[in-house]
This record gives sequence, C-alpha cells and structure tokens, in this order.
Amino acid sequence: MKSSDFVRQLPGGEAHFSRPRTLASILHIDVPLFTLLLILVLGGLFVLYSGSEKSMSDVARQGIHFAVASTLMLILARFDPQVFRRWAPWVFFLGLAGLVAVLAVGSDAKGAQRWLKIPGVGVRVQPSEFMKLAVPMMVAWYLSDRILPPSFKHIIGALIIIFVPAALIAKQPDLGTAILIAASGVFVLLFAGLGLRWILGCLAGVAALAPAMWFFVMHDYQKQRVLTFLDPESDPLRTGWNIIQSKTAIGSGGFGGKGWLEGTQSHLDFLPESHTDFIIAVLAEEFGYIGVACILTLYMMIIGRGLYIAANGQDTFSRLLAGSLIMTFFVYVFVNMGMVSGILPVVGVPLPLVSYGGTSVLTLMASFGILMSIHTHKKMLSR
Amino acid sequence: MASRELKDHFREQRIFFQRAIWAALGVIALSLALFARYYYLQISQHEVYKTLSDRNRMQLQSITPTRGLIYDRNGVLLADNQPTFSLTLVKERIKDLDATIGELQDLLEITEDDVESFRKRMGQRRRPYESVTLKSRLTEEEIARIAVNRHRLAGVEVEAELIRYYPLSDTLAHVLGYVGRISERELKQVDPANYSGTQYYGKLGVERHYESLLHGSVGYQTVETDARGRVLRVLDRVAPTPGADISLYLDVNLQRAAIEALDGRRGAVVAIEPSTGGILALVSTPSFDPNLFVTGIDSATYKALQDSPDIPLFNRALRGQYPPGSTIKPFLGLAGLDTEIINVNSRVWDPGWYQLKNDDRKYRDWKRSGHGWVDLNASIEQSCDVFFYDMAFRMGVDNMYAYMAKFGFGEQLVYDIDEAQDGILPSREWKRAARRLPWFPGDSLNMGIGQGFMLSTPMQLATATAVLANRGKWVRPRLIKTINESEVTDIESPPDVTLKQEWYWNYVIKAMEGVMHGRHGTARSSGKDASYKMAGKTGTAQVIGIKQNAVYDAEAIAERHRDHALFVGFAPVDNPKIAVAVLVENGGGGSGAAAPVARKMFDAHLVGPELEPGQMQAASP
Repeated sequence: MKSSDFVRQLPGGEAHFSRPRTLASILHIDVPLFTLLLILVLGGLFVLYSGSEKSMSDVARQGIHFAVASTLMLILARFDPQVFRRWAPWVFFLGLAGLVAVLAVGSDAKGAQRWLKIPGVGVRVQPSEFMKLAVPMMVAWYLSDRILPPSFKHIIGALIIIFVPAALIAKQPDLGTAILIAASGVFVLLFAGLGLRWILGCLAGVAALAPAMWFFVMHDYQKQRVLTFLDPESDPLRTGWNIIQSKTAIGSGGFGGKGWLEGTQSHLDFLPESHTDFIIAVLAEEFGYIGVACILTLYMMIIGRGLYIAANGQDTFSRLLAGSLIMTFFVYVFVNMGMVSGILPVVGVPLPLVSYGGTSVLTLMASFGILMSIHTHKKMLSR
Repeated sequence: MASRELKDHFREQRIFFQRAIWAALGVIALSLALFARYYYLQISQHEVYKTLSDRNRMQLQSITPTRGLIYDRNGVLLADNQPTFSLTLVKERIKDLDATIGELQDLLEITEDDVESFRKRMGQRRRPYESVTLKSRLTEEEIARIAVNRHRLAGVEVEAELIRYYPLSDTLAHVLGYVGRISERELKQVDPANYSGTQYYGKLGVERHYESLLHGSVGYQTVETDARGRVLRVLDRVAPTPGADISLYLDVNLQRAAIEALDGRRGAVVAIEPSTGGILALVSTPSFDPNLFVTGIDSATYKALQDSPDIPLFNRALRGQYPPGSTIKPFLGLAGLDTEIINVNSRVWDPGWYQLKNDDRKYRDWKRSGHGWVDLNASIEQSCDVFFYDMAFRMGVDNMYAYMAKFGFGEQLVYDIDEAQDGILPSREWKRAARRLPWFPGDSLNMGIGQGFMLSTPMQLATATAVLANRGKWVRPRLIKTINESEVTDIESPPDVTLKQEWYWNYVIKAMEGVMHGRHGTARSSGKDASYKMAGKTGTAQVIGIKQNAVYDAEAIAERHRDHALFVGFAPVDNPKIAVAVLVENGGGGSGAAAPVARKMFDAHLVGPELEPGQMQAASP
C-alpha cells in the first residue's frame, strides 16, 4: 500500500514507460480477467445449446449479445475511472427518472412494469438494469469524498441513495433486482468500513421487518414462492414443480454427468426455463459434479481477480466501486445456484454470463469494463 | 472542503483491505456451501434422483375440477355438464404429428377448423405428456373406429370429458353467457396451475362473472406409466375441489313468458324483484344457442349469426342504449316536486306545442291538439309533453341530472354482470366534453321528455323502476341468489333516494296507477280486468338509427324507422313484487307494443299458473 503511494509521487512518464505497450494495454484489457470471462462465456454457449434444445438461433443471438456487451466493455475500459466518478450523479438521477417513468407509463411485460419505451425510436430500456451500475457508482461517489469510515449522517445519506431506487424497483414489482441493487449499494458501505454494530443492527432490522414485509409488501405470488421454497412438495404443480424438477436434474447428473446433450430432464421438457434461470441444472445434469465444480471454481477465480483489482484500486472511489461490482457478481452466482438447487427461494436471478438473455449480459460486461478501466488506468493517473 | 483535508488515505486503505479479506472469506465460505449442496444432490442423493429421472414414467397429471352447475330460483337446471368423448393427442408419444393427423382424417371427419384450433392449442404452454383435444363429441361409431385402429395410433386417445350443456338453449343465452375454449390471453389472466387441465372458460354473462367460483380448484395425481405412456397405477392423488353450484334469482317460467310475449320481435325485457334486487327475467330477442360456442363454433354458423340484420348476438337488455322517452316522466315528476319547481297544484295550458321566449321553434306534444289544462298527475297519466317541457326548462339540467343520477341512470350498477353498458345521462360537463358545446335551454326541453342526448339501457330502466316501486329504497340488481345453497347477502347498494315529503312517492305512483287503470291512462287497455293494481309508464323513443350495414327491402327499412316502444312498471302497487322494463325495437308506441308484454309478465308472476294452467305446466320442465 505504501508502495502505491510512492508510485503516485513518481515523476510522470516513468511508470508509463516501465511496461511495453502490448495489445492488452492498448485496449485497456486485464488479461487474466479477460481470459477467465472468455472461458466462461464459451463454455456457457455450449450449455446454452443444450439447454435451449439445440436451438442454434438462440446460441447465435446470445453470441450477438456477448459481442455487443464486449464492445461496451471495451469502450468503458477505455475511460478513466475519474470519468465514472464525475458522471455518477448524472447517471444515477437519469436512472431514477427512468424508474419513476416506468411506474407512471411503463409498458406491461409479464404483468410487471419494467420496461420503458422510448417514443419515436422504438427501443425499450429497462431502467432497473441501468441502476445495477448507477447505484454502486452513486454510493461510491457519495462516500469517496467523506471521511471513512462513514459517520452516522453519511451512512443515512448512503442508505437513502440505496433504498429510493430499490423501493421503486420492488414496486414494479421486481424483488430479485431490488435485492441485487440494494446489495450492491450495501457492499459499498461495507467496503467503506461500516461499523460492526451497524451491520448487526441492520441484520436485526431486516429480521424484524420480515414479518411486516410479509403482510404489507409482498405479493401473493411472492409469498407463494417462499412457502413453496419451505416445502416444495406441498405445491407440486406450481413453483414447486420447478424446484422438484431441477433438483431431479441436478441429482441425476451424478459425479460425471450424462454427457452433453444427453440430459433427459431438460430435453423432455420437464425442466422449465432450462435455458434461462435454470440453466445450471442442465449443466449439472449433463456434466455432473465435475461440471458444477469447474464452473464454480471459474466464478471464484473471476471474483478473486476482481477483488484483487479492487484492492489495488488507485483511489477510494475506484476501490469501493470495484469491490461492490465484483461482490454483486458473486451474489448473482450464489443466489442463482442456491435457488436452482433448492437452498434459496426462487427469485428470478440469472446465472451470470451463462443464462440466456441480453440485458444481464450487458450489465455484467459493463461492470467488468469498469473493473478493467480501474485496473488499467492505475499507472497513468500519475502522469 | 474540510473533510478532504482530514481524509486519512492510509487508514481508508487499511480498512478496505480488511474488508476485502472478509469479503474473500465470505465468498469462499458461501461457495463451499454451494459445493456442499451440489455434492449432496449429485453424490449423496444421486441414486434417489437417478431413479426419479430414469423413470420419467412417473408423471404428475392434473385433474380438472367439475364445473359448478347453475340453477334458477326454483331449482331448474340452467347449465349442466354432459359426459362426452373426445379425441386427444399426446405430442410426446407421436413420432410424426402431421402423419398421425392425416391418418385420423382418413378415419373420421375432422375439419380444417378442428385441425387449426388444435394446432393453436398445441402452441400454447403445456406440460409434458399433456393431451390436447383434436375433436370433441365423438359418436359411438367414431369411438369404435378409433378402437379398431388403436394399435397403429400411438399417442392417440379417446378421453371422457365433461362438457358444458345448456338444456334451455337460447332461452337464457344472454344472461348465462357461455363457456368456450380458453384462449391464450385468458390463460395469462388466470393461475396457470389451477387451469392446467382446464379447457373451458366463461366467456360472457354469469359464466364469465362467476368463472372463478364455478371453476373450482385443480387436483393432481402421480401416476406410473409404461414405456408407451399408458397409466399403470396411481401412486398419489389429491382430489380436485369441484366448482360451486350457484342458483340465480331468475325464474325460467317468467323468462319464457317474456320471450313468448315479445313474439319474435326484436326487444328486451328486464324484470326485477323490488324487495331483493334479484333479476327475475332478463331477455333479449332474438337469441342464439349457446351450446354452439362451447367446443368451438364453425365459421359459417358464426358468420351467419354475426351478419344477421337482427343481431342476435347483441344483448339488448344490457348493452342496447335507447332514448328512454316518456318512461322517465315519473322520475322527473319526483324531481320537480322535491325541488319545489312545481307542486301538485301546478297547472300548465297545453295547446299542443310549447315555445321558449326568443325562440321561434315549436316543441310539439305527441298529441297535436294538446291536452288543455294539465297538472302533474294528468301529465303522467296521459304522458303530456308540454307540462314536462315547461318543468324541464324551469328545473334546468343540473337538477335533472342530480335526480336521475340518484336513480342510477348513467351508470352500470348491476352487481354481477360485467358487460352491461353505462348509458348516457347528460350534464353540462358531459356536453362540453362530448360535443364541445354549451348546454342550451332546448337541450333541457328534450331531456324533459327523455329524448335528446339521454340514453339508457333496459336494465337501467328496470333498476330505476324497482327503486321507485320501493319508494326510494335502493336494491342493487343481481342474479346470484345462493352459492352452494347459502344465500348471498351483503351486496352494497347506492344510497337510498330520499325526498323532502314522503307522500311525493305515493302521488307519483298514483299517477302511474292512472296510466294503467285511469280513464285516460295511456296503457289502460293493458291494465284492465286485472285482479291486482299495477303502476306503469309508457314511452316512445325516436329511432336515431342503429348500425346496419346490410341492404334491406323497402318494407324492412320502413319498419326499422319506426319508433321504439318502451314501458316501465311494477305490480302490485301497494306491495311490489315485480318491476319490469320492456323495450320493443321499432314496435311503435309504448302503449300498444310494450305495455301488453309487461302485463303478461305481471300475470305470469302474480297470478301464475292459475291463469293458464295447461300452458304454464307444459312450459315448466
């Protein structure tokens, strides 16, 4: 840590010339992270081909999603982290306006209002997805200027920044995303040094609020999910069906799996959403415990690299943002793999970079772009 | 920025490092939990799940609940379930779907309509191994043909199914509505699990409104099947909860009497029991056979129904909006008395026309020669227009609007019918919004005799008449009487209509009695020789023209330009048991065409079988 302080004081140019200009440095790519992501994405496409019942068009479309998202990643990686810091409030309030607009005029998809049609252009945007980046950026922006660990006043300030958008999203209703966003904001606070007493206090608060949520906030279908989670066999036709079938798929995979494209659960239509939220069950059925262990290890390596990048961040804003982004990524992994295997309730969180779907891929790759920007612009700051 | 100067970068970084290490530990701990969970499922419990998965033959099947039955007030069955046999296919067990359908088409008569709707349903969300109907209502011979060829038709089954049947056919189509094949859009509105085996959905009327009640909840069973998919044994079964049986206030005999009285003319009759608000009869003629719609109507029959100039699919009683004509005079009379614009001694000279100051236009009375001096009583009894022109002019639209609204005009108030229309109760605001014009005094005059902008449905007229018969006590019209034999109560009604003087009610009702029994009463021919006293009001509505796109012969066109005949009334006067509204499209005058229908309804309800024992007995099932 001290050494980095010294680096910052070195005369300009020296750090810059200390390394040869490779393709990676020109593109502002973090090679280890990029390699790990590439393995995950390519492996994911194989599983997707099986999970989507050998639909080449789904795989191709997902490939396009990745291409677009990678481009965004490379673009974001080029920006100096200070740019994100300057933009943070603008991005945040733009997203907040979007959320309010969604509740006011949003178009209806699957009974919930999540999308906003931009008139004239014909493009639909999902402000809640946008907020997955905007909220941690805003909280990091807010705290990075203050003395850390944050004072009581600033903790309250940060909590307001977190819970206003989270509440708006929960109202859409999209509890899964609201939880992810609240988590991303809370991670910034935790990395900023939120006191142990606060952490315990919040946990107690959540525990106390849970019954109130149950009676006043949660929709019937959400309650049903929790009840089903507690006892899937009680409701075998509804949400319990998904859990029972996905557990059967996972369990029947055994140690070595049934082999690629050989999964009977998914191919006989027993497994619902086999190419989106429940794709890990396809992987577990066809590649067995080995497959699960591989992908989980891969995720851990990505997260490890992300934490390393965060720890080496040049300034407080970068560190807080990077730490939050990578921990949110872990929450995705944990919640998805937990819900599919029946240790968490079903909340509609995709398996990052493997589940089919363009929006989450875009958000996740954007966050990796920010991580790469934080890592690759370190030395140049000193110029 | 003081805070910036006080920032301790070293301390911040140390804290962050600590936290990052905690985060890494947390990630490792939770990941280990996932490793452990998948280890448990895939290694420890592998055998259990392998068995479950290997035997995909363990299937979960949903059991459709039986739909609730619908009865009339006397227990006559109005909607039944009939067992029939259907030809179903299970996609998973069929190698080549098109070939199988082709083969079946060689064996039985399967229309393109059938195949098309089959494919549509095939595209909808379904569970694996769920069968989809290709053809309903198989005949004995067809079942036999399938049985003979069964060995080469894997995945083809003949399944017993309960299908809705309306024994009274077109008598009640407009009230009961009907069920039909559930559509993709409707599937999205319901709990998909509860409807996982259900193919039918209430489309209109009672069937639509009480869909969730009549449907019941789904059951399921776990079955073991052989490799071909035939069920070997049932392992576990949770029985479905059948839909609730409901009975309605409707009286089939009264319903039949109304249809008979309308005698093939286009029209509507609504009868309400004033003490309960129960709808005794709800008739719209011509009607149609709802049974045609249940398993899917063929396009030619449907086209014929839709293109018929008599529009049999149109529910005139609930959705037909007509100028109420003179039938609103009793209500306006009450408004005049209560606002003290007039009193019972007010008299007006009727020369056969009425004129506003500074206006050349003559507002005519239906009686060219005029009625001479008239008071409110005479004006209701003889339906004098000039008295009401004068009163409407002096009362103004705001008062008329307020009082008519109290009786439910301009609003859909039926408790359990979704498709009824609102009608139009005009006001200054309404006209400004709808016509972008201010309210003119002439508009008030037109409104005073139920013409002009005002439109109401026969249902609204019957409702308002029931409230009048009750002397202001509101009862919300409704069909439902009992659910599973327990009475339905607690139906909220609008606030009662209260007048400054209670005797105003009796005054106006007395005048309506005069319509039926008075020497000059407009409906005296319908009121004579009755063993009870009735109150009524005739009305005639000018035809503004209903939407018609077919070509008619001259006689038909002339007929369709004739006035609509209207009548509202109730009986007996002192203890009202029935309130009715009658509309006969292009029937001419209310007294000639509509009042006799009401009289027959009164007789059927109050005197009943004693009047024509043979006929009524034959009519009851």
